[in-house]
Amino acid sequence: MADLLNSPAAWGLALVQGLLFLLAAPLLTAWVRRVKARLQNRRGAPLLQPYRDLYKLFAKEAMVARTTSGLFLAAPYIVFGSTLLAGAVVPLLAVNLPTAAIADVIVLAGFFALGRFFLTLAGMDAGTAFGGMGASREMLVSALAEPALLMAVFTLAMTAHSTNLSSVVAYQLDAGLVLRPSYLFALLGLVLVAIAETGRIPVDNPATHLELTMIHEAMILEYSGRHLALMEGAAQLKLMIYGVLISNIFFPWGIATEFTPAALLLGLVAITAKLALLGVLLAVAETVLAKMRLFRAPEFLNMALLFSVLGLLSHVILEVGA
Amino acid sequence: MSITQLSLLEQAVFVLAALVLFTSFALLGQARLLSTIHLFAWQGLALALVSSLVATATNEPHLYLSALLTLSLKALLIPWMLHRLVRRLELERHAEPLRHPVMVMLAGTALVIFSYWIVLPIERLELAATRNIIAISLAVILIGLLIMVMRRQAVIKVIGFMSMENGLFLAAVAATHGMPLVVELGVAFDVLIAAVLFGVFFFHISESIESLDVDRLNRLRARDKS
Repeated sequence: MADLLNSPAAWGLALVQGLLFLLAAPLLTAWVRRVKARLQNRRGAPLLQPYRDLYKLFAKEAMVARTTSGLFLAAPYIVFGSTLLAGAVVPLLAVNLPTAAIADVIVLAGFFALGRFFLTLAGMDAGTAFGGMGASREMLVSALAEPALLMAVFTLAMTAHSTNLSSVVAYQLDAGLVLRPSYLFALLGLVLVAIAETGRIPVDNPATHLELTMIHEAMILEYSGRHLALMEGAAQLKLMIYGVLISNIFFPWGIATEFTPAALLLGLVAITAKLALLGVLLAVAETVLAKMRLFRAPEFLNMALLFSVLGLLSHVILEVGA
Repeated sequence: MSITQLSLLEQAVFVLAALVLFTSFALLGQARLLSTIHLFAWQGLALALVSSLVATATNEPHLYLSALLTLSLKALLIPWMLHRLVRRLELERHAEPLRHPVMVMLAGTALVIFSYWIVLPIERLELAATRNIIAISLAVILIGLLIMVMRRQAVIKVIGFMSMENGLFLAAVAATHGMPLVVELGVAFDVLIAAVLFGVFFFHISESIESLDVDRLNRLRARDKS
């Protein structure tokens, strides 16, 4: 492990993995949109559409409101940067990369919190009604989602005896197929948290600009050009991060444990298949469910917390033994 | 004994037992009457699966019979009877949101911890692997009691009562490989008769106070006094 930390090839791989996150995130979003369109009997946009959108936004002039401060300009870079850093530490293709040293789940939650903090500040900075409303809603949702996320993570940590993502995944691989009630509940809790945090349908609708119920869109309403592109990119990255987290922690099979080309290729194929499947599930869920009223979001997140707590309890009662 | 030392079948038993506990929590929180009945049916199904898996794991064929009994009675017949009752009383769209949902859920969680604490001193049992399931079943019983205390709707109170019986059954399967068949048949018959009797009672209650909200029974008595 020590010599591995210093080897340039391993660092290169970590860098490639981060870049892959960046490149694949719009594709995942496009895939979800496409499947959803198919389910609604529409043809849907091609899979490259989000790349074109981002390219177009980068080429456009960025307009900034007169009433804003410097924070408004800095926020997109901070939000995007923190999300990208969060993505860089999540094991995508292989475990035990050099970045695994900081791949702690609590660090990950911290990166998300940092991005969210600046996102909400930027939402309020322009002084429009929508921005402030979106910011307060985002804070409501995240304040309830974070405990559920951490509880789910602690459930995993109690089994793997580590909060390090890479070790958790490696432990899972070692243990083989074990049916754990606690993992079932942690998975359900994490899925609900992921839906709330990435602003998918029962909590927020990612496809709307018009409803009074919007959360994420309300905060980035004032952005345009490259700033908007960065914000959109950050949201796509976040979806990808949660997808990879869920698929690699709970279904780690296929991820590379050694750095040979064959193993890495297998890892790439496995994660692509897992994310594609997850995307289909998300699209089906979004087609079947209707968006709930904002005031029911706390109930939804209480449910996530209940799942996580049940996971914790069932770990203690059923799995440890005395 | 850690879960990794068990066979896959026993692990599946644990997962299903945890699911039974989860359905108890869902019963506690579900506001809609019809969904509550459906959840109760799911709990019965999970119980039947637990008992048939235990039968396979321990090679006790008479448990298959009790699994079948549970499936037909608690997952199919009683939910169907309750369903028909609700339709006849025209309560299909009835929903009764829980008062203080967070506190009630916390109370449920506390009950789970309490029942684990109760079960901890039990040292000697025939089945070491399923010992911890007794904690789960005790929690299901106590949560059933909590449902009966917290919910005002008479049908849901009955479902709470039946889910207590589910907890007892789970304890029997986990601790002693099920009860003797005669006892089991007797209990099953008891539950069935109870369901029928409750149905008759529902009609009387709803005729006399035009609602199944049992809190109103208190008010009726107060008016009589004055």
